[in-house]
Amino acid sequence: MRSVVIAFIAGTLFGLGLTISRMIDPAKVLGFLDVAGEWDASLALVMVAALVVMSLAYRLAAGRSAPFFAEKFQVPTRRDITSRLVGGAALFGIGWGLVGLCPGPAISGLGLGLPQLAQFVLAMLAGMAIHRFWFLRKGSH
Amino acid sequence: MHNFTPYSALIGGALIGLAAALMLLLSGRIAGVSGIVGSLLRPAWGDWGWRLAFVAGLVVAPLLVQWATDKPVSINIDSNLAVLVSAGLLVGFGTSLGSGCTSGHGVCGISRLSPRSILATVVFMAAGAATVYVMRHVVG
Repeated sequence: MRSVVIAFIAGTLFGLGLTISRMIDPAKVLGFLDVAGEWDASLALVMVAALVVMSLAYRLAAGRSAPFFAEKFQVPTRRDITSRLVGGAALFGIGWGLVGLCPGPAISGLGLGLPQLAQFVLAMLAGMAIHRFWFLRKGSH
Repeated sequence: MHNFTPYSALIGGALIGLAAALMLLLSGRIAGVSGIVGSLLRPAWGDWGWRLAFVAGLVVAPLLVQWATDKPVSINIDSNLAVLVSAGLLVGFGTSLGSGCTSGHGVCGISRLSPRSILATVVFMAAGAATVYVMRHVVG
């Protein structure tokens, strides 16, 4: 139950961050990606601020053997560079640039009643499911 | 850069960092949205509660802002259905194949200096910028 409460608070803070920074608006994100147009550097500052806070959190985590309310840290440990990593990031980037939506803002805006967000999120879930069944059938992941 | 909003960007970014920090320090989890949502599609039943709660928090937040400020949160999308569906499929498939998105790789991965996340972020930012360039300055 505690993990559910923590996740709800963290999700809410995350959504507040997206809303206050305006990254919830695809037009704002496209302004950052449009380096040849009227470039809006705001997203870079969002990243910098988030990275500073999160770096401090890793410092704190490094001094502990376990999180405060869970048995262990579940942090990815892979360091190998694979074609899946690069190819996946490239496909994601193309989709991101087409509309200006990545998973966080797309889901966070779902309560605002725009049909476009629901359409995008349904397609995104379908994309995730297609990936899952594709690799299940190939018997690897 | 008349659209540049440095203060709200820094405050919002710090809140996103704080959210990711809470997940790490309290629950030992990575606050990567594509990972949290993608795993909801898998039949690991005991694992659903916190993932749904995170998603619920994400959805509630802009509604709280609307209620507190008494102004609608503006979202501007001028893409048609075909583009929205294509983009959604690419984002869903790409983040699953590449094991992360802007939050998981961009925030949680880069801050622990993961070489995979640094490379993934460079690649998806470059691909996003290239796509916007083609859409706005070549085709558009």
